[in-house]
Amino acid sequence: MRESRQVFEKMTMVGALNGALRDALDEDPKVVVQGEDIGRLGGVFRVTDGLQHRFGKDRVVDSPLAESGIVGTAIGLALRGFRPVVEIQFDGFVFPAFNQIVTQLAKMHARSLGKVRLPVVVRIPYGGGIGAIEHHSESPEAYFMHTAGLRVASPATADDAYWMLRQAIASDDPVIFLEPKRRYWDKCEVNLTTEPAPLHKARVVRPGRDLTLAAYGPSVKLCLAAAEAGAAEGRSLEVLDLRSLSPLDTDTVEWSVRRTRRMVVVHEAPVFVGAGAEIAARVQERCFYHLEAPVLRVGGFHAPYPPSRLEEEYLPGLDRVMHAVDQAFAS
Amino acid sequence: MELVQLLTPEGERFEHPDHPLETTPEELRGLYRDMLLTRRFDAEAVTLQRQGELGLWASLLGQEAAQIGSGRATCPDDYVFPCYREHGVAWTRGVDPLNLLGMYRGVNHGGWDPDANNFHLYTIVIGPPLLHAVGYAMGMAREGADSAVLAYFGDGASSQGDVAEAFTFATVNAAPVVFFCQNNQWAISTPTSHQTRAPIHRRSAGWGFPGIHVDGNDVLACLAVTRSALERARRGEGPTLIEAHTYRMGPHATSDEPRRYRDDSERQTWEAKDPLLRLRAHLEKHGHTDAAYFEDLAQEAEQLALRVREGVRAMPDPDPAAMFRHVYVDEHAQVSEEQREYEAFQATFVQEGPQ
Repeated sequence: MRESRQVFEKMTMVGALNGALRDALDEDPKVVVQGEDIGRLGGVFRVTDGLQHRFGKDRVVDSPLAESGIVGTAIGLALRGFRPVVEIQFDGFVFPAFNQIVTQLAKMHARSLGKVRLPVVVRIPYGGGIGAIEHHSESPEAYFMHTAGLRVASPATADDAYWMLRQAIASDDPVIFLEPKRRYWDKCEVNLTTEPAPLHKARVVRPGRDLTLAAYGPSVKLCLAAAEAGAAEGRSLEVLDLRSLSPLDTDTVEWSVRRTRRMVVVHEAPVFVGAGAEIAARVQERCFYHLEAPVLRVGGFHAPYPPSRLEEEYLPGLDRVMHAVDQAFAS
Repeated sequence: MELVQLLTPEGERFEHPDHPLETTPEELRGLYRDMLLTRRFDAEAVTLQRQGELGLWASLLGQEAAQIGSGRATCPDDYVFPCYREHGVAWTRGVDPLNLLGMYRGVNHGGWDPDANNFHLYTIVIGPPLLHAVGYAMGMAREGADSAVLAYFGDGASSQGDVAEAFTFATVNAAPVVFFCQNNQWAISTPTSHQTRAPIHRRSAGWGFPGIHVDGNDVLACLAVTRSALERARRGEGPTLIEAHTYRMGPHATSDEPRRYRDDSERQTWEAKDPLLRLRAHLEKHGHTDAAYFEDLAQEAEQLALRVREGVRAMPDPDPAAMFRHVYVDEHAQVSEEQREYEAFQATFVQEGPQ
């Protein structure tokens, strides 16, 4: 039966994430949240604001400043039957936990031939555009996509943030949950009664006929702006929000490209061996004879993330996306 | 700090004021049986590796007392996190020795159910399991459970950052966990002096919890100190670090050649401290055993070796489709797709055999 009355609320992505954690903590006593500065402070981005006050220090835990310890103890808690949601304070700080994530979190289910389940969510604010200092603007998704055993997802809006985090917490597999920090304070209507889509389903967020712009996380908003600019030039650009990076919803990508016959993939992460490379490879395998132009990629450079005064040069912006669109039509 | 010892290499029994231990002759015979059967199992595994039945084996020879003593200190509800050499501890937890051999044969990466015996999977990457142990202990404490976690590591692992982080998380959470370091003097070819300039057991002082230095070849001392540390953890008084002073009599693993980096004379001095010989000397001196006991035990050991030998040889290679199984709990589009492609590729080969 369909919901008779849907409840919508306008909120920021931070508010939506906070609501998702609050509701998950409320519904399941096995959910625990831990990370640096997430308790009394409510997290450096305030995603966990008020949760420790409401649920207590045993369930919303201020961790020592040690990322491997945060993930490693979360694995131990999961072995005991808990469902930990951990916060890594910034993208560039996940690497001390990389060993735990890659050698343990990702592999223990297989190592145990299915007897152990690790329902751990690793929340990571990621991406640039906030004028931050080094290590606070990176996009490390490709490392995690490359590791079997992990699920990787990234919401682009507050509505998706609420539901995708709820779905990630409900998942019996470990999920790397990448939150686009530059979109943290963007507001949108959140439907608090109905799941918009499964966690690993890509969605067309703006239909078009001539070219598919595929993006996720922070770059979806950019692609929507590009589609608007394209419309002014008489081009109908479809925007695909991938939402999930592992697994990849290649069926939806393929369905879109077969209609539009052109594709540009946009992400903040370096283009070299990035998510866009995987998507482009799969599109040419599946849609070669439908393509009018090579699949192009717009993203960061194969260089360390630059000082913030240069980040607008490094990050894909509207001009670079439109330039790639032009190239796709010139082929 | 003095070395806690309750049984000298000559089999003399001493009392220790901080670590009292009462044992019945039956318990002493049980500990000797545990150590002897573990040693026999271990020797059989070495042989199986030499015969090509196992790809590798990490022998525990020389460390029987550290493992049996500490393992026998656990209660059924306690939980153990091993590295990959804790065959004696596995024995005390009731894990079928055959379970330990699958990964060394190359048919799985472990694969036993950790909750069946509260004995976690062997973990090849040293360091990480200590944090799993602490997290598990934090979970126990949160549930108000009257149990504790025993986590094993070695002198080599003591250099890993995860060990330091585990101490930190354990102490700030007063987690019911005991860190048991088997300092067997060698991390493959690297001596303990290259891992640390201060004794490992002293390290816990910096974290604000007790450290104990125990004779790792004395099964009674290992039992006593681990039992009291676990009881302390169960009382909510937090972690303890135990450093068991022992020796890896064999190579790091069957692929290693210790004579390239250490002198045989070192091994000979440790032979005099053998954990089995001293308990046997004690048992015989006090008349707790007779010739029949040792004969029966030898027979039992041979039966165990036979069961292990036959069990290993009968272990089937895994079905190739197992590669794709249990990567995820729920369906993953790319794994399913690759499995379909792999199976379709396999199907292109013509089956051999009668037409």
